[in-house]
Amino acid sequence: MNKLMVYMFKNFIRMLLLLLFVSITAFILVSLSPIDPLQANISQTALGSLSQEQIDKLEMYWGVNEAPIERYLAWVRAFLHGDMGTSLLYRQSVASVIMQKLSNSLMLMVFAWIISGGIGFFLGILSGMNRGKIIDKLIKGYALLTASAPTFWLALLFLLVFSVWLGLFPIGLSVPIGMDAASVSLSDRLQHAILPAVTLSITGISNIVLHTREKMIDVLESEYVLFAVARGEKRWEIFRHHGLRNILLPAITLQFASISEIFGGSILVEQVFSYPGLGQAVVTAGLGGDIPLLLGITVISAAIVFAGNFIADILYGIVDPRIRKGARS
Amino acid sequence: MSINRRKAMLVLLVLAVSFLLCILIAGVLNTDAAMKTDFTRKNQPPSLRYPFGTDWMGRDMFARTIAGLSMSIRIGLLTATISALIAFALGSAAAVMGKTVDIFIGWLIDLVMGIPHILLLMLISFACGKGFRGIVIGILCTHWMSLARVIRGEVLQLKQSGYVQVAAKLGTGRLRIVTRHMLPHLVPQFMVGLILLFPHAILHEASITFLGFGLSPEQPAIGVILSESIRYLLTGSWWLAVFPGISLSLIVILFDYIGGMARKLLDPASAHE
Repeated sequence: MNKLMVYMFKNFIRMLLLLLFVSITAFILVSLSPIDPLQANISQTALGSLSQEQIDKLEMYWGVNEAPIERYLAWVRAFLHGDMGTSLLYRQSVASVIMQKLSNSLMLMVFAWIISGGIGFFLGILSGMNRGKIIDKLIKGYALLTASAPTFWLALLFLLVFSVWLGLFPIGLSVPIGMDAASVSLSDRLQHAILPAVTLSITGISNIVLHTREKMIDVLESEYVLFAVARGEKRWEIFRHHGLRNILLPAITLQFASISEIFGGSILVEQVFSYPGLGQAVVTAGLGGDIPLLLGITVISAAIVFAGNFIADILYGIVDPRIRKGARS
Repeated sequence: MSINRRKAMLVLLVLAVSFLLCILIAGVLNTDAAMKTDFTRKNQPPSLRYPFGTDWMGRDMFARTIAGLSMSIRIGLLTATISALIAFALGSAAAVMGKTVDIFIGWLIDLVMGIPHILLLMLISFACGKGFRGIVIGILCTHWMSLARVIRGEVLQLKQSGYVQVAAKLGTGRLRIVTRHMLPHLVPQFMVGLILLFPHAILHEASITFLGFGLSPEQPAIGVILSESIRYLLTGSWWLAVFPGISLSLIVILFDYIGGMARKLLDPASAHE
C-alpha cells in the first residue's frame, strides 16, 4: 500500500508541474500575439474618431502596454487566490463565465464520454472477436468512415437532416430564444443538448473501436490463447479469462485519454449548433482577443485532461498487480 | 500467376497518388475559376454543368471544392513532412542522448498532449496572428508526438538488438552502424508514420479554419466553404455543405488507404504475399 501512495504522490506532483508549464506556454503564446485587441473589437472607423485619452483608457482596459513577465506573475498570484481575472468580452469574472459555460458543456461531454466509451469498447470487442467476418467489416467500416469525416461536418450534416429537414430538434442554443432562464424546463435543455451530444458520441466512438479491436486481435493471436483453445476452452471462456483481463488496462488509458479529444470535439460541435458552452466561449475569446478568458479556459481544460490522466494512473495502480507491487516496467 | 497481390497493390498505390496529384495541380491552375462570381447563376442546385451546384454569389462549387482540396493537400504535405522530421529528430534524440534528454522530451510530449489539440491550435494561431503561418506552425507543433514515441521505442529496441551490439563489438564505426543497421529499419516506419500524419493534418487544418482561426475567408479552403455554408443551410442550399465535406472525407480516406498499403509493402513480414 505504501508503494502505491508514493506512486500516486509522484504522479500528483508531476501533474501540478505540467499544469504550471501549460499555463506558462499558454501565456507566452497569447503574449506573442500581434492581434491588437483594440482593432479586433472596435471598428477601424470608431478607433479613428476616438480621442487619445479614450484610446489610452481602452489600452489600459485591454492591458496592451505591460511587460509580459510582470503580467504573468500577477496573473498566477491572482489565480492561486482564486481570482482568474475579468473576461473582457463578457464583462464578468472569468471564473463565473467558466462555471456557467462548463456546466452546459459538461452535460454534453459526460454523456458523449460515457456513451462513446461504452459503445466503442463493446463494438471493439465484438469486432476483434469476429475478425474478418461481416460484422467486423461493418464495424470497421463505420469506424473508418467517422474517423475520416471532419467532426464539424458530421455535425453540419446532423443539423441539416434532423433540424432543417425533419424539424425534430431545435436549430441552436441550449435554451429556447427569448425565454426567461428560470422558466426553462429540464426537458427544453435536454432537447437542445441531444443532437450535439449524439454527434459528439458518434465521432468519439471510432477511435475507441479501432484501438480495442487491435488489442483484442493481439490477445487472440497470443500463444496463451492458442493453448487455451487447445485445452478446449470455449469462445466465451477465452474472452472472460484472457481477452477481457488483458484489454481492460489499455481500455482504461484510452478512455481517460479520450477526454482531451472529446473536449476538442465539443469546441467544434458547440460552434455548429451554437450551443453556449465552454467551446463556444473559447472561440469567441480567441477571435476577440479576450486574453483572461482564453487563458482561464486553457488552464481549466488542461487541468481536466491531466486529472483524467491522473485518475487513469491511479486506476492502473489499483488494477495492475505489477504496478501495485511497485515494479513498473 | 503473373500479378500477385503486391504488384496489384503497387498499381493501386500509384493510381491513388496520381489522383491526389491531379487534384493538387487542378486546384493550383484553376484558382480563378474558383473565385469567379457570376450573379446570373446564383444558388443553383447540382446539375450536369455545375456538379456541386453554385453558391449565393454564383461561384462554381465544384471549382471551389477542388481549389480547397488542393489547398488542404498542400498544407498537409508541408506540415506532415516537417512534423515527421521533428518527430524523427526528437524521437531518436530521446533514445540516444541519455536519460536527461529522454526525460525532457517525455515531458514535452506530455505537455503538448495536455492541452486539447484544437485549443492549442487556436492558441498558436492566435499567437501568429491567424492566417496561413499560424496554421502551419500550429499543426507542426501538435502532430509530432505519437510518431516521436514510435521512433524512440524503435531506436531503443535497435540499440539492444544482437546485430547492432555485435557490430559495435567488432569495431564498426557509429556512422556505419546507423546507416547500415538502423536506418533500414527506421525509414519504413518513418515513411508510414509520415503518410498517416496527412489525414490528421488535413482534418485539423479544416477544423481550425472552420472556427475562424485559420485561412482567411478570401482563400478557397474547405473550412471556409463549410463555415459559410451554415447560414445557407437553413434556406435549403444543402449542396453547399454536403459535397465539399464528402470530398474532404474522400481525400482523408485515400491517404489512410495509401498509408495502409505503404505499410504492407514496406513491412518485410508481409513480403511473401
